[in-house]
Amino acid sequence: MKKMKLVVVGNGMAGMRTVEELLKMAPDFYEITVFGDEPHPNYNRILLSPVLAGEQTINEIILNSREWYEEHNITLHVGKYINKIDRVKRVVYAEDGTSAEYDRLLLATGSKPFMLPIPGKDLDGVIGFRDIKDVDTMIDTSKRFKSAVVIGGGLLGLEAANGLKIQGMDVTVVHKNEWLLERQLDKTAGKMLQKSLEAKGLKFLLQKDTEQLIGKDGRVTAVRFKDGEEIPADLVVMAVGIRPNYALAESAGIHCDRGIVVNDTLQTYDPRIYAVGECVAHRGISYGLVAPLFEMAKVCATHLANFGIGRYVGSVTSTKLKVTGIDLFSAGDFRGGQGTEEIVLHDAVGGVYKKLIIKDDKIIGSVLYGDTTDGSWYFQMLRDSKPIHEIRDHLMFGQDSLLGNTGHQGQNKAAAMTDEMEVCGCNGVCKGTIVKSIKEKGLFTIDDVKKQTKAGSSCGSCVGLVEQILASTLGGGYAPPSTSKAVCGCTDLNHEEVREQIRQQKFLNIPDALKGMGWRTPNGCATCRPALNYYLISTWPHEAKDDPQSRFINERVHANIQKDGTYSVVPRMYGGVTTPDQLRKIADVADKYAVPMVKVTGGQRIDLLGITKENLPNVWADLDMPSGYAYGKSIRTVKTCVGSEFCRFGTQNSTQMGIDIEKAFDHMWAPHKVKFAVSGCPRNCAESGIKDVGIIGVDSGWEIYVGGNGGIKTEVAQFLCKVKTSEEVLEYSGAFIQIYREEARYLDRTVHWIERVGLDYVKKRILEDAEGRKAAYERLLFALQGSVDPWAERANKREVHTEFDTITV
Amino acid sequence: MSNWIKIVPLNDIPKLGSRVVRSAKGEIAVFRTEDDRVFALHNSCPHKGGPLSQGIVYGDKVACPLHSWKINLADGNAEEPDEGHTACFAVKVEDGTVYLEL
Repeated sequence: MKKMKLVVVGNGMAGMRTVEELLKMAPDFYEITVFGDEPHPNYNRILLSPVLAGEQTINEIILNSREWYEEHNITLHVGKYINKIDRVKRVVYAEDGTSAEYDRLLLATGSKPFMLPIPGKDLDGVIGFRDIKDVDTMIDTSKRFKSAVVIGGGLLGLEAANGLKIQGMDVTVVHKNEWLLERQLDKTAGKMLQKSLEAKGLKFLLQKDTEQLIGKDGRVTAVRFKDGEEIPADLVVMAVGIRPNYALAESAGIHCDRGIVVNDTLQTYDPRIYAVGECVAHRGISYGLVAPLFEMAKVCATHLANFGIGRYVGSVTSTKLKVTGIDLFSAGDFRGGQGTEEIVLHDAVGGVYKKLIIKDDKIIGSVLYGDTTDGSWYFQMLRDSKPIHEIRDHLMFGQDSLLGNTGHQGQNKAAAMTDEMEVCGCNGVCKGTIVKSIKEKGLFTIDDVKKQTKAGSSCGSCVGLVEQILASTLGGGYAPPSTSKAVCGCTDLNHEEVREQIRQQKFLNIPDALKGMGWRTPNGCATCRPALNYYLISTWPHEAKDDPQSRFINERVHANIQKDGTYSVVPRMYGGVTTPDQLRKIADVADKYAVPMVKVTGGQRIDLLGITKENLPNVWADLDMPSGYAYGKSIRTVKTCVGSEFCRFGTQNSTQMGIDIEKAFDHMWAPHKVKFAVSGCPRNCAESGIKDVGIIGVDSGWEIYVGGNGGIKTEVAQFLCKVKTSEEVLEYSGAFIQIYREEARYLDRTVHWIERVGLDYVKKRILEDAEGRKAAYERLLFALQGSVDPWAERANKREVHTEFDTITV
Repeated sequence: MSNWIKIVPLNDIPKLGSRVVRSAKGEIAVFRTEDDRVFALHNSCPHKGGPLSQGIVYGDKVACPLHSWKINLADGNAEEPDEGHTACFAVKVEDGTVYLEL
């Protein structure tokens, strides 16, 4: 079949990102031709400021090399300006006469700097700040001249001014408003910023209107203001704003309104023509930051690839200034106004200013100056419209005030780290390595960084740090991921949507689910299949088919794989109580199989390490003890203290309570591992405060705490309620776990789930709705009904479980 | 001269699963895809030697159980950005039986 022809006008970040996304989905669908009017291949425009500041070179910011275009059979025309589209014949023409036919056309013509319409604007030495040519001009001018004037105290203007200063020029920034960055900052932060930039040697003229540029022999020499003042200028950079570049589209009769008008699929009024990037007007808005462009690119690519999924519905943007040594972050509506509240922290001497704007219990805007550590945290809450009343009193002090942190020397400010300091303690990745990858490989998302550097890809505790590094390296180009993202690359559905479809359409096995939900891959991947399998069996217990091939090896063979491919075996000891008989059996097994290590676990049981896979069924048969599920996304262990049976302080029989819980919820699968603890008095020797469900006996009953975690980030469990009897402990904690099982995303621990839905929601479901609670508890008991010990089943029916046999030839 | 050795009936390998063959050339993982194609790789991930036979199989790939490197079943190469290669062995199905060339 003859391939369709796709022509892309615009060889910049939005256009090429769309092509990259398209190639991922449909590599052979189109014959692609790209036109760019600059002489370079696609480069990272947002890193022009560091290039100007001498921190990077042009070569370092190239995103797609010429070889890349060749490898993907893309015809690249650089330095060719398209000035005509013939929509009837479906041909585009360049100024030099080059032409190309299209079946689909993608316009990504970007934007142009807005040049003030004043006398002298066409003089030599008057430029915008948009492309490599402008940067070359600035660097060249700095070598021959002294005075530079930047008109416009916005992000771009300040970055240009900073760069020119570093290049050795004497720089004055002229701004119309009372303070700098008035679209990003309030007055207080704006004034603080001005002070620190003045300390770097920049000069400012505020509330000044430029009247004309004065020249001599065709070159600019001075700037004159409306109040008559005049200052010398050998170079004038206009940075008063950008305008979408839609002249080409308009000349072809495509509907434009301050930008090329597109619908939510990025299609223009001509159905064969799509447009992405800064040149478009989507729902009346044009974006000048990179994050929205990438969101558009993704959606547009799915439509070009004929998948026809996904809609672009607009973006909330945040900004960060890329001036080394200045920390500044703003997002959303920071001006406030009627019906809004403000929380402000202002340390004028320490140079820290933070302001959050809150409306209806939600963050709607933030301005951070001097300490932007929590910028992406606030931004995420803003994007997700998360209610904040539960954490309001901690909000100003940042995310780390809410939790402990391990694995990176207690560091929580990426900016304070040197390049040699280790960020990811699991994979040994230093800050310098991450920064280098982001710049050289052109990474924009946390997922990219994880994939390329491995930082943050194991335990995840350093993801916050990685995110900070990414944000400070990319500046305005960075947007944190929304929390409701797709399950994996095989689908665009998120976890909630998948669960909903499984419930509504009653999928009972993985092939039906994949087909019914339109998965892009024939049998999913190692990320989505385990999640789907869990969703199926938790939504339709006793009906859905549990697919062993979709489970991680540990759950498939009911043991924990070790680095050398052997396994560890942890038998159940209900409530951490054992007997001489059990200990004897364990000792005999350890002798018989020459077990290399016998270790007491943190969950009050015994681990036999170094068992080969073939031996697992034999070991289980000899042990004759039930599986401890120490390997699964499942109920693990119920840790207990001695309790009132023996302890002189004990107020409740915590040991028996623990045994009862562990027996009641035995064999329970969950979105992630689930740990319980029961303490017999408030001295809390079983450490109930850091468990998914922690129970503490008091003289008059039991207190139940939920959402604790002793792992990567130490999280203290929150008080749920107090009950009187042990039956109530089972019912309340069982209902809690069941709602978690039904509603959390796969691989969410209870703490993550509660963080997202809020403790109030959990309380409402468990405490205020007695019938709902009882029903949830009943559903859990129903799901567990008739479950059997997986070890006994496999040990007794070895012949059907050939998985454990090795073939020898 | 080729030396095809009979391994197991195809149905003894689960779809999207594998079996381990112990041979003079070391442990070999024999995989079966959903559409009944078979592949054989040295049972050792190029990263840290993880037993690939124990990984989750999807499409034409297997995810190593230790650190989730994705290995292509057809050529034994690690998926980008990881770099590495695991030896491949010829394998075929005839009359419902799997043969391995050693």
